[in-house]
Amino acid sequence: MSELDELAAYRLMLTIRYFEEKVEALFAQGLVHGTAHAAIGQEAVAVGACLAMRPGRDCVTSTHRGHGHALACGADANRIMAELFGKAAGYSGGRGGSQLMTDPALGYWGSNGITGGGIPVATGAALSFKMRRQRRVALCFFGDGASNQGVFHESLNMAALWKLPAVYICENNRYAMSMPVEKAMTVSGVAARAAAYGMPGETADGNDAAAVYRAVSAAIARARRGDGPALIECMTYRLSGHSRGDPRVYRTREEEAEWRRRDPIRRWRARLRRENRLSADEDRRLRGEARACVRAAVAFARRSPEPDPATLEEGVFA
Amino acid sequence: MRILSGCEALREGLRDALRRDKTVFLLGEDIGAYGGAFGVTRGLLAEFGPDRVRDTPISEAGFTGMAIGAALAGSRPVVEIMFMDFILLAFDQLANMAAKARYVFGAPWTCPLVIRTPAGGGRGYGPTHSQSLEALFARVPGLKVVAPSTPADAKTLLDAAIRDPNPVLFVEHKLLYSLRGPAPARTPSRREPLGKARVVRRGRDVTLVAWSWMTELARRAARELAATGIEAEVIDVRTLAPLDEETIQASVRKTGRLTIVEEGCRTGGFAAEIGFRVFEHAFDSLDGPLRRVTCPDVPISAAPALEHAALPSVRAIVQAAAALVRE
Ligand SMILES: Cc1ncc(C[n+]2csc(CCOP(=O)(O)OP(=O)(O)O)c2C)c(N)n1
Ligand SMILES: [Mg+2]
Repeated sequence: MSELDELAAYRLMLTIRYFEEKVEALFAQGLVHGTAHAAIGQEAVAVGACLAMRPGRDCVTSTHRGHGHALACGADANRIMAELFGKAAGYSGGRGGSQLMTDPALGYWGSNGITGGGIPVATGAALSFKMRRQRRVALCFFGDGASNQGVFHESLNMAALWKLPAVYICENNRYAMSMPVEKAMTVSGVAARAAAYGMPGETADGNDAAAVYRAVSAAIARARRGDGPALIECMTYRLSGHSRGDPRVYRTREEEAEWRRRDPIRRWRARLRRENRLSADEDRRLRGEARACVRAAVAFARRSPEPDPATLEEGVFA
Repeated sequence: MRILSGCEALREGLRDALRRDKTVFLLGEDIGAYGGAFGVTRGLLAEFGPDRVRDTPISEAGFTGMAIGAALAGSRPVVEIMFMDFILLAFDQLANMAAKARYVFGAPWTCPLVIRTPAGGGRGYGPTHSQSLEALFARVPGLKVVAPSTPADAKTLLDAAIRDPNPVLFVEHKLLYSLRGPAPARTPSRREPLGKARVVRRGRDVTLVAWSWMTELARRAARELAATGIEAEVIDVRTLAPLDEETIQASVRKTGRLTIVEEGCRTGGFAAEIGFRVFEHAFDSLDGPLRRVTCPDVPISAAPALEHAALPSVRAIVQAAAALVRE
């Protein structure tokens, strides 16, 4: 297993954080409309898992909360932002919006507006990889809430049955919209469900990119060897609201403050500084770069043209 | 009558039903403390408790199927599907079980179930949160399909749907939630039968038939047409199934011209059904071809530029109706 590049992980987490904060601000100012779900607080899961992928070979399906997954795969912040602005230069030409974009060259198979919708898709990709003997692995992000959809059960059963090269990564951020995990399931967590399918289930600290990276790398290696799928539950917390304008009546400010103390980025930075692997100057530079990337993305999105209404009926079929 | 938003009118309808009938209960995602994605059930948890305002896990197929079972067992569940797009996960349950139970098994089985769901575009929510899928359901025998256009109808038709002994799909357009209008303080003590259209505006030159938010657009189009000397009659069908053909035909017999407005896609849409029935039964009264204003056969984009281009507009309705009159 190769080592996680800790500074690369740091830079990606910073970019995701600043990107999501910017998106929330743009919504609040009414500059972006529609809807978007920010992954503030969950950056370590996206980065730890996506850096474990083999670039250009493996693939990953995402969720409605997908900007971070895309950025962690190396997607272009400009094109993500342009998609949010509904512009022609966006990943889906403005057609998809926040919840529907892909970057196939990076193996980013895209976000999904239907909770749980990506689970069978990743499983099917794994089936094709296996049938065509490609030694590729399909990763699959989904939330604690999505694990209560029927397709979760159906997909994991078939993946185990056919020993498919799939890695299921549950981002357990404690809530599905307003629904706390403990009111949605009686088992202690989603990892416990793996036993029902005869696949390994493991829990990882989702606020530690290194822990996520280790767990996902091991599962990917196993899947690539032909030993079948695994389920990894990453324990984390969404520091932001569910989506725009969520007053968060379903949880306390104290609970949020407690999780803010476990902020994955602050923890990461503190450790790198403590272990003398990140100087104050380097830190300033990385933060500056991440902020500049987000600023550039907004500028790019703003000056991109709107999609041409004359193209409305183009591309329904290949 | 007081002025309420569509959202408030629906909330009152639900509250009255919960007070009136102990077998009524609500089921859906985030309908409790959160109050539903669009705020319709806000406050109901406090009055009726978590048993009757029941938050579910994200399991549309499961809880819709369970609502069917509960309805067959004598409860009156009112399900909220957060966006109409997600109802496809429960399509099987509705089409294969709820809709067929009475016909196949006969009495004493009834399935008094209401599925409420926000539909339609106009808010930039993108391809999987903006669809108008009512035409898919209107063609399933045994399902009633209701799609109100005003706060008053939202309240009274919801009451009728909850009292109805059959499964009812209750379509709430997202733009209806903030539309304000008069609404009755009390719901009628007797059940209003579902299946009656409403003549929104009288006119002699052309008939505009619509439902849900499209009725509002047709009304605005009629005002613009009136300014050019064309008097449009606007009919809100209100329930797609059962369909009040008589009211539509009576109007077409008078005007001789028909334009149907549908937010959903063109092919296999409900506009086609209405148009064909007029063809079958009122052909002799027609002075010209039938027209429809619909979404083209494309998904609804998130980008405002594409969403606006796809959805029917007042302008498109005015143009279609005016062209018909001048032909
Ligand atoms: C089929 C379906 N049902 C409901 C929704 C509405 N919805 C969007 S996200 C969400 C919560 C998802 O929770 P979880 O899977 O835990 O992911 P998280 O939002 O916490 O990242 C819900 C209910 C949806 N998009 N699709
Ligand atoms: Mg969650």
